[in-house]
Amino acid sequence: MGDALKQKIQDVFDEPACGQNVNKSEQQRKKGCAKPLTPGAAAGGCAFDGAKIALQPIVDVAHLVHAPLACEGNGWDNRGASSSGSQLYRTGFTTDMTELDIVMGHGEKKLFRAIREVIEAHAPPAVFVYSTCVPALIGDDIDAVCKAAAEKFGTPCIPVNAPGYVGSKNLGNKLAGEALLDHVIGTIEPEECTPYDVNIVGDYNLSGELWQVKPLLDRLGIRILGSITGDARYRQVAMAHRARVTMLVCSKALITLARKLEERYGIPFFEGSFYGISDTSDAIRTLCRMLVERGADPDLLERCEALIAEEEAKIWAELETLRPRVEGRRVLLYTGGHKSWSVVSALQELGMEVIGTSVRKATDDDKDRVKEIMGDDKHMFENMAPKEMYRLLKDAEADVLMSGGRSQFVALKAKMPWVDVNQEKHEPYAGYMGMVDMVRAIDRAVNNPMWADLRAPAPWEEDTGPVRVMPELRGTCPVSGVSNDAVDFEDC
Amino acid sequence: MAKLVHPRRALSTNPLKSSAPLGAALAYLGIEGAIPLFHGSQGCTAFAMVHLVRHFKEAVPLQTTAMNEVSTILGGADQIEEAIENLRKKSAPKFIGIASTALTETRGEDVPGELREIIARRADFADTRIVYASTPDFAGGLEDGWARAVEAIIDALVPEVDPVWHSPELRQVNLLVGSHATPAEIEEMVRMIRAFGLTPIVLPDISTSLDGHVSESWAGTSLGGTALADIEKVAHSAFTLAVGESMRPAARLIEERACVPYRVFQSLTGLKPVDAFVRTLMGLSGVDDAPPSIKRDRSRLLDASLDAHFHIGGLKLAVGADPDLLFALSSTLAGLGAEVVTAVTTSNTNGIVERVPAETVILGDLGDLERAAKEAGAQMLITNAHGRHAAHALHLPLIRAGFPIFDRLGAQDICRVGYRGTRAFLYETANAVQAQHHRARPEDFGAAPISEEFEHVPPTASH
Repeated sequence: MGDALKQKIQDVFDEPACGQNVNKSEQQRKKGCAKPLTPGAAAGGCAFDGAKIALQPIVDVAHLVHAPLACEGNGWDNRGASSSGSQLYRTGFTTDMTELDIVMGHGEKKLFRAIREVIEAHAPPAVFVYSTCVPALIGDDIDAVCKAAAEKFGTPCIPVNAPGYVGSKNLGNKLAGEALLDHVIGTIEPEECTPYDVNIVGDYNLSGELWQVKPLLDRLGIRILGSITGDARYRQVAMAHRARVTMLVCSKALITLARKLEERYGIPFFEGSFYGISDTSDAIRTLCRMLVERGADPDLLERCEALIAEEEAKIWAELETLRPRVEGRRVLLYTGGHKSWSVVSALQELGMEVIGTSVRKATDDDKDRVKEIMGDDKHMFENMAPKEMYRLLKDAEADVLMSGGRSQFVALKAKMPWVDVNQEKHEPYAGYMGMVDMVRAIDRAVNNPMWADLRAPAPWEEDTGPVRVMPELRGTCPVSGVSNDAVDFEDC
Repeated sequence: MAKLVHPRRALSTNPLKSSAPLGAALAYLGIEGAIPLFHGSQGCTAFAMVHLVRHFKEAVPLQTTAMNEVSTILGGADQIEEAIENLRKKSAPKFIGIASTALTETRGEDVPGELREIIARRADFADTRIVYASTPDFAGGLEDGWARAVEAIIDALVPEVDPVWHSPELRQVNLLVGSHATPAEIEEMVRMIRAFGLTPIVLPDISTSLDGHVSESWAGTSLGGTALADIEKVAHSAFTLAVGESMRPAARLIEERACVPYRVFQSLTGLKPVDAFVRTLMGLSGVDDAPPSIKRDRSRLLDASLDAHFHIGGLKLAVGADPDLLFALSSTLAGLGAEVVTAVTTSNTNGIVERVPAETVILGDLGDLERAAKEAGAQMLITNAHGRHAAHALHLPLIRAGFPIFDRLGAQDICRVGYRGTRAFLYETANAVQAQHHRARPEDFGAAPISEEFEHVPPTASH
């Protein structure tokens, strides 16, 4: 690993804006916030995966992965970030390094040619070049290649230095943020700035979640100038330095990016969430307050309150109609972080009982909120082994599991309903309207008539009463043509 | 005879192939009580796992040695040992199949040596069989990784038999299946073999682990697959039936070990290839007639060919797949008069590509498939689900074949082998043609359209 990358990693791990980090000793901080991985018991993506997740939603650029096949071949087109325009981001570009490239040291040359080919074929506004384990190990200098290519072809080439072995997905997110700060943000000036320009950082518009919130901002006249990176165009990211306020959406990973936007360009930021009703209201309220502090017309605050009151009333009325369908259902929530509490209150409000919520990746603040909402910490757990979760569901201690795709089959194989609440999901659950969609999804899952049929015993598990005595099998097996006795019949 | 061509370019657009370690993992999942273990960074495993889960819609036990920068440079033997220990503690697997990745292969570790040392030292690992295959991502694709893993399994678990003492079970045969066989296809092969009164040992057998079923308990290992005891019995079979040219080295390895003769069936799709299979089964079972169900199935295939050839004859196809599957599907349809105008494959290690009924086979990606299919005026695409982008761009029907198929359910139930499977495949292809609606217009033939003055114009409503 180059010294520059080492320095970068140290830098992103030393995050003064992160509450958890500030409470650590100097020694702990050096180790970073990634837990060491246990061989044979590790789950989750690598740093490259994290970087790709954070940047791929930039829809009009070419994402070129400098790697042997697996990094892109096994992973392209597998996430649901939605685009309202270009589909170029969904095309898988890779240098597909072969043994020859590695042994002969042809990596850099091949990368340079690949950049030229992708620019010639697609004329993107920029090319994002991702380093991975193998080129990093053999010392390919993607920074130098990107620099040379950008000069030669006149298209920005952004090196993203996050080879998989440096750490987790979370670290990859951070390194992606650094790449944007170093090479993209501040490189283009918007034609016109308004006092209503904001950055939304950490929302990837998965299945269109950003679009569930955007109508609210549209009605308040708030413009998403810098989107990092939901449904983003390259130019948008490049102009992010001119926004008035940054909202950091449920993301500790990109907090460094938000802080540096503040330090370099004086854009204040706040952390908020669009999951849950009160959270959505809080986020919009804070956004408007901060815009007014930075010079927006104070009447924004009134308009904001009016909008919140109207939307909340509308959504609660809609949710109320669903109450009889979900009331009394016992939910096991297995997500983590912010979501461990942000949806709990809404579910409880509708008469559902949350029998447990995981607090993986959650901060102390998050944990306090869980205790506050659920009364005590009895229902709070860190990790749950799939076997234990299976038992819990099989014994019907919960009616539905809400989790990410990883534990999907734990519920389904226990013949229990499952609702996807993580990033791979196909339905968006953000903002006010997203809450209704989520409760509908719970309704659809738990009230499906299929469950009773599936759980009922098979014919041979039922008590059939006395069995009839039959004459012995005779004749010829229609499949094998062999004349039957009971033994032969088994074989055909 | 097809010529294999390498496009001269540095950029790969929309990869067709999946990685070799993924193929190895898939083969390992065909062993009972197994956990595949990737020797690499955790991302290699995460990507492969998501890929497998999206295809099979099943929980897939797949683990990683979680290599980091330090262990990569110092060597990962400790990581392997720790991983095995943790897996045993957590899930008590009977079998751990290790596959290397580009990361560890670039470093160049002597994993077999290290592994021997670990197994010798750790007597407590004795009840878990551990197998290692070298499968760098930068060489070959899924089919190669699968083949290397099967060879590694045989090498580690099939005992050597002295020819002097070789007395085979005459009704027991080995069935070595290539990476392209789906669970339903393995079932169909087994059904045919059993119909001749023979008992097959399938290696590896994903038809009992990845067939999509609900079991009564939760296990952190594969939920079925070839029993370890059966792998030992491979040495005592009368014959080895290998399906797919990529399985030839594995079949040869069994012969070397245990004097079991073999035959490679390059394809089990299409009338002639299935006839060859049936002829062999007749010989092995010592009969000069086939069972009634097999005869009936053949006669139905003849009828299906009669009905389908109207649609398949002259059809211009673009096919992209791993070599064995590419050969099986394209030669079947070419046998009914289709023209394979574009063929793209993933690996240059399988000699079967020379027999693909096309002028050239491109060693390339779906970008090549899309470009070449467009230039050649292809009317239909056959490739994995990623081909949806090309199908969308070219407005062509897509028959999904190979791995991955993530946007349709029931990938494990697709069966295109045997007389029955071939029949289904012919219908599938002919129906895809018929689903393209085209009503002939006079303009298609150069005639002027009918004059507007002949058309009845309904009066506009006055109220």
